[in-house]
Amino acid sequence: MRHGTYRFVIGFLLAPIVLYATFVFYPITQLVYVSMTNWTGLSPKFRFVGLDNFAKIWTDGLFWKAVQHHLFLLILLPLITIALALFFAFLLNMGGGTRGGVMTGVWGSKFYRVVFFLPQVLAVVIVGVIFSRVYGPDQTGVLNRLLIDVFGMDKPIGFMIDYGMWAILGALVWQAVGFYVVLFSAGMSSIPADLYEAAVLDGASRVVIFFRVTIPLLWETVQVAWVYLGILAFDAFALVMLLSIEQGGPDGATAVLPVLIYKQGIRESEYGYASALGVSLFLLTITFAVLALRTGRREAVEH
Amino acid sequence: MSDSDLTRRSVLRRTAAVGLLATPAAGLLTACVGAKDDGPTDQAEGQVTAENPLGVKEDAPVEVVIFNGGLGTKYATDAHIPSYKKKFPKADVKFSQTEEISTILTPRFSSNTPPDMVNNAGSKLMDQGRLVSAGQVAELTDLFDAPSLDVPGKKVKDTLIPGTIEAGTYNGKPYVLNYAYTVFGLWYSGKLFAEKKWTPPTTWSEFTSLLDAMRAAGITAPYAYAGANAAYYQYLVILTTAAKIGGPDVLKNIDNLEAGAWKVDAVRTAARLWGEIGAKYTDKSHLGLKHTEVQLQQNQYKVGFYPSGSWLENEQAKDTPPDFKYQLAPLPSATSADKLKPTALYAAPGEMYFVAAKGKNVRGGKEYLRHMLSKEGARKFTELTKVLTVVQGSTEGLTLSPGTESANKALTAAGTEIFNFRWDAWYKKMDDECRTATNELMFQGGTADKFCDRMQAIADAVKADSSIEKFNR
Repeated sequence: MRHGTYRFVIGFLLAPIVLYATFVFYPITQLVYVSMTNWTGLSPKFRFVGLDNFAKIWTDGLFWKAVQHHLFLLILLPLITIALALFFAFLLNMGGGTRGGVMTGVWGSKFYRVVFFLPQVLAVVIVGVIFSRVYGPDQTGVLNRLLIDVFGMDKPIGFMIDYGMWAILGALVWQAVGFYVVLFSAGMSSIPADLYEAAVLDGASRVVIFFRVTIPLLWETVQVAWVYLGILAFDAFALVMLLSIEQGGPDGATAVLPVLIYKQGIRESEYGYASALGVSLFLLTITFAVLALRTGRREAVEH
Repeated sequence: MSDSDLTRRSVLRRTAAVGLLATPAAGLLTACVGAKDDGPTDQAEGQVTAENPLGVKEDAPVEVVIFNGGLGTKYATDAHIPSYKKKFPKADVKFSQTEEISTILTPRFSSNTPPDMVNNAGSKLMDQGRLVSAGQVAELTDLFDAPSLDVPGKKVKDTLIPGTIEAGTYNGKPYVLNYAYTVFGLWYSGKLFAEKKWTPPTTWSEFTSLLDAMRAAGITAPYAYAGANAAYYQYLVILTTAAKIGGPDVLKNIDNLEAGAWKVDAVRTAARLWGEIGAKYTDKSHLGLKHTEVQLQQNQYKVGFYPSGSWLENEQAKDTPPDFKYQLAPLPSATSADKLKPTALYAAPGEMYFVAAKGKNVRGGKEYLRHMLSKEGARKFTELTKVLTVVQGSTEGLTLSPGTESANKALTAAGTEIFNFRWDAWYKKMDDECRTATNELMFQGGTADKFCDRMQAIADAVKADSSIEKFNR
């Protein structure tokens, strides 16, 4: 019986492993190899240059600027998204107080759930196009129009000009929040109702219930969310390409590694250097993931 | 399954960790490194005759890829392809178009399966210099020496505007056909100027007082360019002013990466003057807009002068009011001691077309270019795109649009004082840096010194980088 189970499991695992090795692991080894050459991408000829490309990265100011931007996103994107998502999910599931001893959501919560999830089903390119209008730098921009007409601001704000990374962060959060609302909602609905009942009987307020009951029981889900959002923070490619000035500007103010890779590889035809940047991005992401999973490990409360 | 550690959540968590390995973009670039360096072994070849000087195989298919931008693609599908097919009825001309040349074609070059003829243009064009040095571009000497398709008794090279072949020459050999003859300057509305009784300026003080007058007349941005993706229109203008001050050699020295070429007085003065225009007469929000958005504002009379090439009129055709009347003004002289006259112009053969050296039908690709360079092919091109070509006399009998007409006139007025630069196509890295430096200078309180320092630093870095092939003119 036991034996049969393993065969069953292996049978299912084999196909994904083969696919994974072909389409992920093999390209990664190729990437590492190319990163040590001066390949231009325009012909099959190239020369092995060892670690020269990495030495160049070390002194590349734009690279370090991009790393700073990733750290900025890495800290703020999960923090804001998770906080908002938890808050909304709590309101949707438990914000309405108790009815007959069962926690209920605020009025109309089914409708809000659809509204929150909507951005998630939009392709990122569409989000980019929408936000290029939202952030429009003159009176035709949605936000500027609002600020000028309703709040009486005197001249338009150049969102992508002066607050590039904040604007990118805003668009990322807007798109991500819905998914995590649904994820946390699912987590919350799997928390046994009797725990809440007991807490309510003991006289706990909604705030106390949120921090003392809901959060601890949701901890693993939050941790998963953190890792996913962290990965998102290392990307941001499409939004920067669509929204920013001169793709990563002005003057590197919205530089992120995937965009640098694109520019070096495709625009300036330095695939070797671009690959070295890719390897650096890969190492950064791995480091983050390991750290996130290690430090986030905390006794899970079983129920 | 026992209630061991394989719960739903830990599965989810592990999936997250695995998802990491599919790091965005990291694995994307290397898909086809292993391609072999086999040259084309079976190139189509036919009999060389007087009628077929390039020896094209009459039934071999030829593949052309056209950039779909300001010029559109109608000139290819309605003029050049029919012309080729008329000559070789058995051949199939495979046509495709794209707005992103490098995205679509780079993989085909790195795997040695390129199309035969490519129009390398647009903001995502391939680095032409690197393509040439990678041996991917066919030499065009035999094309230019072949007899013209429809000018009897003349070779192709004798039908072109002087400077055309040089513009596509890399280290002494012609590789690229620059087909469209583009004139650069400041564009304005003839209607607006006639209404307000303004005349195009010839000196810098006339220029600034006209900009003042425009502002007084309620034009929000007397001068404008789009910072988000078209800063190169502006650096072209800055360097045009530099050339007027110090002569065309200023640009030649920059092209040749001479030491200190960006730090000469001519460049510094030009940067200072333009930086002042940027600080005083532009709308800061244009830094965040794309070229089409700013051009639209000019069509709505919110922008006075707009720097661009002669493709502008055609690009904006859809949005231009019928009585707008695009006109081109050469840049005003900068100082009283300018080396060139105010009529001097930046004009260059532009829009690169090349034949891939490792395509299946190299001869067919060259023959296609010969059809483009016929008088009839060029005339139709100008008719359809409103852009001049490098073929002499091809506008005969055409009624030109107001913008093209004024470009043509400016060209005549300039006489021999026509100049251009090529470093932007040779060294993409410098192009990228100059866009950034230009935006800084014009919109973000940059100074002329900073502009010159930045550009000199990147020029020195390119010069010192042995992996970048250098060009000279």
